[in-house]
Amino acid sequence: MLATKREKMVGLIGLLIVLLVAMWMSIVCGYTDTSWRQAVAALIDNDGSNAHLVVATVRLPRALIAAAVGASLAMAGALMQALTRNPLASPGIFGINAGAGFFIVVMVTFFSISSLQLLSWVAFMGAAMAALIVFVISAAGKDGLTPLKMTLAGTAVAALFASLTQGMLAMNEKALEEVLFWLAGSVAGRKLELLAAVFPYLAAAWLGSMLLARHVNILMMGDDVAKGLGQRTTFIKAAAALLVVLLAGGSVAVAGPIGFIGIMVPHMARALAGVDHRWLLPYCALLGGILLLAADIGARYVLMPREVPVGIVTALIGVPFFVYIARRGITVK
Amino acid sequence: MKKYVTVRVGKHISFFYDKKAVVVLAALIAAAIFLFLISIGSGEIRMSPLEAAAALFGYGEEIHQTVIVTFRLPRVLVAWLAGMALAAAGAILQGMVRNPLASPDVLGITGGAAAAVVGFLALFSDENHSLIVSIHWLPLAAFLGASAAAWLVYMLAWKNGLAPLRLVLVGIGVSALMQALTTLLMITGPIYRASQANVWITGSVYGASWQHVLLMAPWVIGLLLVAILAARHVNVQELGDELAMGLGGAVERQRLGLVLLSTALTGGAVAFAGGIGFVGLMAPHMARRLVGSAFGALLPTAALLGGVFVMGADLAGRLLLAPAEIPAGVFTAALGAPYFIYLLYRSRKS
Repeated sequence: MLATKREKMVGLIGLLIVLLVAMWMSIVCGYTDTSWRQAVAALIDNDGSNAHLVVATVRLPRALIAAAVGASLAMAGALMQALTRNPLASPGIFGINAGAGFFIVVMVTFFSISSLQLLSWVAFMGAAMAALIVFVISAAGKDGLTPLKMTLAGTAVAALFASLTQGMLAMNEKALEEVLFWLAGSVAGRKLELLAAVFPYLAAAWLGSMLLARHVNILMMGDDVAKGLGQRTTFIKAAAALLVVLLAGGSVAVAGPIGFIGIMVPHMARALAGVDHRWLLPYCALLGGILLLAADIGARYVLMPREVPVGIVTALIGVPFFVYIARRGITVK
Repeated sequence: MKKYVTVRVGKHISFFYDKKAVVVLAALIAAAIFLFLISIGSGEIRMSPLEAAAALFGYGEEIHQTVIVTFRLPRVLVAWLAGMALAAAGAILQGMVRNPLASPDVLGITGGAAAAVVGFLALFSDENHSLIVSIHWLPLAAFLGASAAAWLVYMLAWKNGLAPLRLVLVGIGVSALMQALTTLLMITGPIYRASQANVWITGSVYGASWQHVLLMAPWVIGLLLVAILAARHVNVQELGDELAMGLGGAVERQRLGLVLLSTALTGGAVAFAGGIGFVGLMAPHMARRLVGSAFGALLPTAALLGGVFVMGADLAGRLLLAPAEIPAGVFTAALGAPYFIYLLYRSRKS
């Protein structure tokens, strides 16, 4: 673990460099290999040639989207884990991804909506709805929000939404064609406009998370202590929940439900930077971006020349991690 | 008054049941028959349960007979068999791991079978999407996939014993893994196959034929009989390892046998009816509330309930948005997920 402020700062800058390298790799690597010279030329002085077009319209958006989505999902996971004191909490496990996915599929199949702005709102609504359902269910009962109850309620809600989504797709083959790839979670072939539509919300949520970090630290000491210190815990919790919805909903709107980033990254970040959220959250953002970029680059090579949706790659990496945490026990400090 | 009745036939067959179980079982059989008749009478050509019964035995209009025998009967039978198999598998698992939240789908066993079936379709299809091997091998593939997932969960959750909580969490992880594999296999295939596979994964008995029934019936009914014979072992397992060993049970060996039994049942159901979810979770619970937890009665009650659920879900799926069809699995999930949540809510005391 990085101990001093200086070490943490250096670590942060190191990760930033790795992130930029990963974005660069994401632009250069793939089925049509691009030389770095071509890539630079495409970005600075695009002459409209095929190679330049690939870089500017396919590779660059993809790299930017992977970085933004990875960062958002990881931060959402960190906030959820803090909020619920559950090390397995993440947008995927808690059904938030599935809820947003369900709402999007409903809109696409029944109302043929394709306005990006509208779809992102729909995704936010779905994410909020699922989060609310899981929260209400697991808060019911005598001992309140236990980590186990939240995990199980989340799984049930996720299964419900997934099944409804699949049912709708089973009835509508054409929609399946359009959304199957999206449902598996992918950053390929997404337009830059899609990111642009959601980016204000994501950026606001990143900023909001950083502002909230100090309060989350206090909240982690337990409700009673936090209240004793004069914190309005309900307000802080509600704010954190809103941030989670913005981060997860925005990510799903752009890239579909990508799982396990939100579980894995906060644990890695905690091992590096400790439990202070003022450091943890930026570490999560950078590590999340790096991990999703790496998974996405890997996804291009697994079944070359075909591509695998990156959501499948993150699941394949994430499940062993999930099992490891489950075996270790789910009480968290 | 003696509440339990013990039945003992020879050396190996023995079980005991609650007296009221007989009443419940009779009522469930009646419900199943009633639903069965409504189900084969419903569709584009409608007939009353009486007409349906008449057509079934060879009387009534010829078109009714054709419709029922060729199209509806196999479908309803597959739904019924799948429901029974999934519910029995869930009952065995819940008894064995002493966890009311265990079920073939939560533990990833259904997911394993689904991945194996999609893999089977992908691997053994030629360019024209027709199978190059006999469909007879499909249940075997489903069984192998279910076993592989069960084995994986069992191994990964083992840590100085099998804590129920860890088992469920590891099961959730393995389910996610199987889902990822299934999606991967679907995406690498042509879209035509993906949509087929999608209908099938959601759980649907659409297009079931007599061939399916003939393959499925011996498998499921045979296994159900074995399960009833094995019921006494589940009773012993439910007491906990130490007590079970003290009673002279070969605990580990029996447990392995029971796991194999429930995976075989799940595999048989999933191979023909797809990933119909939550039945294995719901039916045993309701059965326990109806007849108590003595396994000799619990198992058949759960099985009958499961059969009724899936038949009902299929019927609802056919009627609700007719002529479009909703896969049965959507209904079982729509009912099952809230029920699961309700169980969670109730389990707060423990």
